[in-house]
Amino acid sequence: MIEIKGVKKSYDDLEVLRGIDLTVEVGEVISIIGASGSGKSTLLYCINGLEPIQGGQIVVDGVDVHAKGTDVNALRRRIGMVFQQYNAFPHLTTLENVALAPKIVLGKPKAEAAEIARRQLAHVGLGDKLDVYPGRMSGGQQQRLAIARALAMEPGYMLFDEVTSALDPELVGEVLDTLRLLSDEGMTMLVVTHEIGFARDVSDRIAYFHEGVIEELGPPSQVIQDPTSDKTRKFLANVR
Amino acid sequence: MESTGSAISFFTGFKAADLWLLTEAAGRTLLISALSITCGSILGMVFGWILSVGKWRGDATLGVVLDAFRSVPLIIQLILFYNFFPIIGFPLDPFVSGTIVLSLYTSALVAAVARGGIEAVPTVTRRAARSLGLTYWQDLRYIVLPIGLRAVLPSWAGVALGVLKDSALVSVLGYVELLRASQILITRTQEPFLILGLVGAFYFALSFPIARLSERLERRWQYD
Repeated sequence: MIEIKGVKKSYDDLEVLRGIDLTVEVGEVISIIGASGSGKSTLLYCINGLEPIQGGQIVVDGVDVHAKGTDVNALRRRIGMVFQQYNAFPHLTTLENVALAPKIVLGKPKAEAAEIARRQLAHVGLGDKLDVYPGRMSGGQQQRLAIARALAMEPGYMLFDEVTSALDPELVGEVLDTLRLLSDEGMTMLVVTHEIGFARDVSDRIAYFHEGVIEELGPPSQVIQDPTSDKTRKFLANVR
Repeated sequence: MESTGSAISFFTGFKAADLWLLTEAAGRTLLISALSITCGSILGMVFGWILSVGKWRGDATLGVVLDAFRSVPLIIQLILFYNFFPIIGFPLDPFVSGTIVLSLYTSALVAAVARGGIEAVPTVTRRAARSLGLTYWQDLRYIVLPIGLRAVLPSWAGVALGVLKDSALVSVLGYVELLRASQILITRTQEPFLILGLVGAFYFALSFPIARLSERLERRWQYD
């Protein structure tokens, strides 16, 4: 369970998160929608401790992420993250990309790490690209590689930060299909996205972010079909 | 073979033993260069890393000191350093002085290169590594080092080749490396063309492997 309680975050004078409360239950898929700059991505960075927070608390499986003395490296093994920009390690093959963290972070023997990598790559449909360098792959394939790489650590949670935003339109589908697959398998997911249709289809709940606060939170039938907030309605009218 | 032999005997003074002297001198050039490039590169990587992190108080000072090493002519640095230690009572021999100054000079050049290499690794790539649970040092070792090295290898090879040739300046301290040996021989034989030609060939023979190695690594590290 991820418990986000009254989280505040600023960059210098700019207040990005102004008191966020959100609880992600195990097995739940929550999508976060909202305009650019509303703090959606920042929240994900705060959840696995890549960004410090200035107020509130984030607790993952009972561990306070930002408390002094928390082993963030250990915590991050349980939280997988996929980013908007492609970030495959360019000097490693697809297989090596995925096997790296199991090998050096979890200390698995080389053969076992490679086996994990093979399994995860097959899982996201890249079983035939094991020895290819990422530079030779399409954006969609690179994003699926990033998903496999995160899954190889067997995380309890997956955070997705606008993973289709940098893709050419024809490549969006294959990545969203991979996310659907994970959601069908019961993965707990927090998905920042601009794909409203996708959010409606896979989410248990949707959070609409507006200027650093959660303006509306509820099931898709509420937030997308019948929003209670005028701001949500206006946002949805603009993106459709 | 015969004609070469007669040519050498015709230009009086240059003997087979002199060729051996040059070979030995080339060995000394190689020794002092290899030592300085190795020590300087390791030191320079550490300095480059400190500069790239940029959050310690000493950064500005380190930057200025490295700038000084890069801007003051090497020959002046060598003479100042070599003459400074006897004053405080620790005379150093020319080889040790030369190696220390050349290493520091190399480190100043490599620091700028290393910093560029570290900054060539996109922030998001490093964040992705950290998000997988890699520690700061694992990220540096497994992600930043290989990617950065690949980005700056040609610049580093340029520095190494430069230092190899600059090592000739250590001759002013009396260390008999290639250039110094050639001066000794020229004075004795009065055959500057032959000897400088040979010395040039020696420098080429020493530089060529560095250039080739760099090219080969670059080709091997072509991923896309």
